[in-house]
Amino acid sequence: MRKSFLQKLSAWYKGSYDFTLKTADHMDARMAHEYTGKEHKLREVERKELVFSGVLYNILCVLFCLIFIGVLLWSVLFLPPHGSPDNPAVNEVMERYVAAGMEETGAVNTVAGMILDYRAFDTLGESFVLFTAVCAVTILMNNTKESAADGTPIPMTVKPGIVEYSKDNIVRTVSRFLIPFIFVFGAYVLLNGHLSPGGGFSGGAILGSALILYAMVYGEDRAAAVFSERLIKTVVLISLSFYAIAKSYSFFTGANHLKSIISTGTPGRILSAGLILPLNIAVGIVVCCTMYSFYMYFRRGRIQ
Amino acid sequence: MFTSFEDLWVHLADNYIVVVSIILFGVGFTTLLFSRNLLKKVVGLNIMDTGVYLLLVSMGFIDGRHAPIIANGVTDTAHYINPIPSGLVLTGIVVSVSVTAIMLSLIVRLYEKYHSLNLDVIYELRNKEEHV
Repeated sequence: MRKSFLQKLSAWYKGSYDFTLKTADHMDARMAHEYTGKEHKLREVERKELVFSGVLYNILCVLFCLIFIGVLLWSVLFLPPHGSPDNPAVNEVMERYVAAGMEETGAVNTVAGMILDYRAFDTLGESFVLFTAVCAVTILMNNTKESAADGTPIPMTVKPGIVEYSKDNIVRTVSRFLIPFIFVFGAYVLLNGHLSPGGGFSGGAILGSALILYAMVYGEDRAAAVFSERLIKTVVLISLSFYAIAKSYSFFTGANHLKSIISTGTPGRILSAGLILPLNIAVGIVVCCTMYSFYMYFRRGRIQ
Repeated sequence: MFTSFEDLWVHLADNYIVVVSIILFGVGFTTLLFSRNLLKKVVGLNIMDTGVYLLLVSMGFIDGRHAPIIANGVTDTAHYINPIPSGLVLTGIVVSVSVTAIMLSLIVRLYEKYHSLNLDVIYELRNKEEHV
């Protein structure tokens, strides 16, 4: 009955064996014990073992954490002084980005020029990480299937006891004034990404928070009537495809995308910096829809 | 390397941002190990993330220089801080948001099934379910 280690390993590889569980032999012995009426005694032994292993676990945790932090602090002693211009992180890459960045990308904000022009594929990957996260949350939290069984809409997953902000007068009145300003500020941060601190990610997060506030205060139904699942899907997919296609031109021009046919314009103008502004808008839309979908899925299990 | 304890403390005090980020990382890690509550584990992981961001951004900082936004046409390298760590932190934040969302939705599913957030209870219930 006792399996060899290799057999267990192959079983684990096939997915039929879990190393974290107790072994099958052990479980058999335990069940035999239970059938012979030694259940109570065994439970007592198990309980003592559990308490002992819990104490041991805590002691080892404390030791491990202290040693871990100690080693990390020790490594600080070998770091160069903070904020010195001679640090190894300040190398020729940084000098190139700062010195030639504005001329080559047209963006006044060097960080925006870096993440959306020199390293635009990195940002495309980030957008797809967010998209994948939305897909995973959709799979895990979606509860529209149950409602299709008998045609009646199922009650929301919201448990009783959650505050209904839509019934609060103060919140309603304040957010009626606040929401337009948050939208305008979000659009400003989004559209000025190449000129000032900000960009797609921060601006999209602000826009998404405005949408969430709207859904909270005016009710999810009203928000879902405007921002339906279909609209969000379409908009996100169009943005991601636009980003992917727009940045693919560097492949077709031999990866020499800095000399592109798209003019960089006058640095400092709102309509400048070539593709950075449209790419910022695409990223902002993706982030905004992601935040809103997260909220809706966690709040009621579906966007509609 | 250090001739006296005084030197050592001066070095640690100069690198105080790195020390703080390591302490944040340690706090998050300890939370992750100690608490059996799944939500607190997520909080611990996010505190760890914060420590990493702080370390990364502090690596790009240079004393007395300005944010890397070209102002008044000055493209002198000695005038701006390092923009690369800022871009890297952006990636980190996005990944951490996505991971947090997925973890939270998994926790919601676990809670719906086992009505508990305690990892030990969930393990026990799962073992019983599989072997009885």
